[in-house]
Amino acid sequence: MRKPLSVYFHIPFCTKKCYYCDFLSFPSMEREREQYMDALLREVISSPYRGEKYKVQTVFIGGGTPSVLHGKELKNILDGFKEAFPYMAYEDREWTIEVNPGSVTKKKLSDYRKMGINRLSIGLQSAIDEELKKLGRVHTKEDFLLTYRQAREEGFDNINIDLLSALPGQTLNSYKESLEFTAQLEPEHISSYSLIIEEGTLFHQWYQDGKGLPDEEVEREMYEYTKQYLKTKGYDRYEISNYAKKGKECRHNLVYWQRGEYLGFGLGSSSLMEETRFQNKTTMEQYKKDPGKKNNIKRLPLKEQIEETMFLGLRMEKGVSRKEFYERFSMDLKEIYENSLNKLEQGGFLEWRGETLVLTKRGIDVSNQVLAQFLFD
Amino acid sequence: MSTVDQSKIRNFCIIAHIDHGKSTLADRIIEKTGLLTSREMQSQVLDNMDLERERGITIKAQTVRIVYKALDGEEYIFNLIDTPGHVDFNYEVSRSLAACDGAVLVVDAAQGIEAQTLANVYLALDHDLDVIPVINKIDLPSAQPKRVIEEIEDVIGIEAEDAPLISAKNGQNIEEVLEQIVKKIPAPKGSPDNPLQALIFDSLYDSYKGVIIFCRMKEGRVSKGTPIQMMATGAKAEVAEVGYFGAGQFIPCEELSAGMVGYITASLKNVKDTRVGDTVTNSKNPCKEPLPGYKKVNSMVYCGMYPQDGAKYGDLRDALEKLKLNDASLTFEAETSIALGFGFRCGFLGLLHLEIIQERLEREYNLDLVTTAPGVIYKVHKTNGEVVELTNPSNLPEAGEIEWMEEPVVSAEIMVTTEFIGSIMELCQERRGVYLGMEYMEETRALLKYDLPLNEIIYDFFDALKSRSRGYASFDYDMKGYVRSELVKLDILINKEEVDALSFIVHKDTAYDRGRKMCEKLKEEIPRHLFEIPIQAAIGSKVIARETVKAMRKDVLAKCYGGDISRKRKLLEKQKEGKKRMRQVGSVEIPQKAFMSVLKLDERK
Repeated sequence: MRKPLSVYFHIPFCTKKCYYCDFLSFPSMEREREQYMDALLREVISSPYRGEKYKVQTVFIGGGTPSVLHGKELKNILDGFKEAFPYMAYEDREWTIEVNPGSVTKKKLSDYRKMGINRLSIGLQSAIDEELKKLGRVHTKEDFLLTYRQAREEGFDNINIDLLSALPGQTLNSYKESLEFTAQLEPEHISSYSLIIEEGTLFHQWYQDGKGLPDEEVEREMYEYTKQYLKTKGYDRYEISNYAKKGKECRHNLVYWQRGEYLGFGLGSSSLMEETRFQNKTTMEQYKKDPGKKNNIKRLPLKEQIEETMFLGLRMEKGVSRKEFYERFSMDLKEIYENSLNKLEQGGFLEWRGETLVLTKRGIDVSNQVLAQFLFD
Repeated sequence: MSTVDQSKIRNFCIIAHIDHGKSTLADRIIEKTGLLTSREMQSQVLDNMDLERERGITIKAQTVRIVYKALDGEEYIFNLIDTPGHVDFNYEVSRSLAACDGAVLVVDAAQGIEAQTLANVYLALDHDLDVIPVINKIDLPSAQPKRVIEEIEDVIGIEAEDAPLISAKNGQNIEEVLEQIVKKIPAPKGSPDNPLQALIFDSLYDSYKGVIIFCRMKEGRVSKGTPIQMMATGAKAEVAEVGYFGAGQFIPCEELSAGMVGYITASLKNVKDTRVGDTVTNSKNPCKEPLPGYKKVNSMVYCGMYPQDGAKYGDLRDALEKLKLNDASLTFEAETSIALGFGFRCGFLGLLHLEIIQERLEREYNLDLVTTAPGVIYKVHKTNGEVVELTNPSNLPEAGEIEWMEEPVVSAEIMVTTEFIGSIMELCQERRGVYLGMEYMEETRALLKYDLPLNEIIYDFFDALKSRSRGYASFDYDMKGYVRSELVKLDILINKEEVDALSFIVHKDTAYDRGRKMCEKLKEEIPRHLFEIPIQAAIGSKVIARETVKAMRKDVLAKCYGGDISRKRKLLEKQKEGKKRMRQVGSVEIPQKAFMSVLKLDERK
């Protein structure tokens, strides 16, 4: 049996940096892109994990905006990848690419299909043009609709739409409008993230004090409404910010939460292989010089494996199974976290659903506080 | 040195209201007499603790011996004894004055007489010192030297007609001051042949020399090998070295004799053996009686000091012990608080003294401290006849055991321009002051006299006074004694649990107001938790005020992207780390600074 593997490709380019974005991405010149894609290819074909040991289950091409790439730039990489990792799931594969309306064309979409990509993640963020403008997005609601229709025409039957809540100038009603607009298109998957003001972004300079943003009460109402409304439309929440129709959960993301093995290619990408976490170089210069060079290599001690199992697992609706925990670590979850569990259960932040531990509604609201309790002293 | 002619010695001090230019004049005198060239002069030589320079006040008395060649062609030895400049140190001031034969009174040409001017002059006159008035800051555009001279004559009743008009800042007319010191301040008396009698006006601990006694020789002589005894503490030792004070250094000499000012070292290890005001005599040939005026200084203000990091308890103890070597008026004893762990109940002369010790512990010993609200000593008369001196509110006996209580009261003098009399009287009223009387200094200024409870003035009275008089009021006080008072202990309950370190004693009439403010303040200081936290102020079992810290609504990381788990871990770790810097009381994490928040209750006024 070959071990299952998930692979992430990072494309750090975009047409224009959004005001709230703190990911490794930036607008680029043709030439710089070529050099990067060249380095990326080198990294893939010389990966120490290449060969027959693994069977690739999911692929995620993220960014940045991967759809700024020309079809052949992407094809090059994927061809090299298929050669280096010859064992691939086919029928049950999940290959996703992130696209932004405006940078993707019908031609590109058709090329994606040919390369084996079978899932799209489209960044809509909001269906209100005024809000899109404030975010620094390059597209309008109309641009999005066009992309979405073209995707369906090209045969994509697994599409995610990204939304954002708690945006500047957003009201509960305008959020509802975006959400309802999205659900009525019936994508297979919807992600709705609450905006986080990250340091180093323009938004941090503008909204650090919280003025101009919806208050937490409104933000929580948006969150609640999302779950309730999408439920009526046939979507289940399976992770704090992710909703899907039955069987359409994003398997790639589940690998992260469930601590499956994944390999990240490209600038600053993270990996978890054989209980070791590592990261690629985060500056272009260093990455291009030696794309296989790893940073922050950390073999996870048992303690951290346990902590991660908890703080990642609890993000999922299905929670952490006491039985699976025992099988994995030969320890009883209830015993090693006795104090924290008592406190958190009493406070109404956690509950047992049979033998599975899950966050309550209140627990999700303050999940950082709850999850921090699972770190050992 | 043994050939020093007593008639050529002048022992004097400079007295002034704060900011009237005392230290600057001292600098100029030292500079003029050539002890240091002006290039060597760092501004204000005598204030040599960093803290003193920063705050512009003298905390520890400094002394310097300088030689002045007068216009009559003779060389005079000046011993300038600088005095602490704050009411917290009134007793030290009085002992420094007792070491002098005269005083230079500095009055600001623009501001005229202030409360401390008066307090200091009266203190000097009490010690039979000859007072030379000097009008300073005549370079200011608002200077009115004539008016100030009149004021000195009218209000204080001393001759001021030929007072030198100077600018210490510009070095203008300093010579005239020096000449008047020669002419108007009497030479010391006393005979070298009488038994040794020397007044200790300060002492400090030096790790090489042991305790260094600063003294004024009243009678007799002392030199290396003299067996000495402190008459009040009884400590005995053999003199190792005597000498006098250069600028910032000790200069050894053969002998100190009657009339001189200098230092003595002996194998004494602790300043508590050499208390300010005590008399040094020769243990083989003692003088008949000690010099008058000695008293053991008692702490007036107490607070709990705790290390932020419980593991630093030992370091805090060591640091306090070291500071105490040099500061006999600092007291401390170990105590435990449920909220704060192990720490010390420390006693101080006043709030300034407290702040100085706190700052020195933090700066010089690198300790992070949690300080509880300062309080005074209350006397608790119990039903069984016992009287308890209460320094820690948590130790207040049960209500049923208390017959009655007393609190310390000071007599205060407040100098204020007439337009602010109303608002200052209102302030004193609010602070439970008892009005004693008012005297007009001149048409526009008055001296208000009040008895005020000490616990009403230790926090922020001075600030309130300044803000209600646009900075014009000045203030001085003296301990008066204890009076019976209706006092209650105000307890603070956080999430229904009493937090011992936040309890304080307060008059029953102000309890409600303080309790309410305290709850409001704590509400701001305590971060939101996963649950709602009631904050209550209570007297006994009766809750008199309540606030609520609402439960945290939201703290969720929406996105965790591209499998970068270490970033998420860091976030959670940071969260956990933040909690360690707080004090856990029951299930509530209280930030350290909340324990000091009681000090700032009147901020918003």
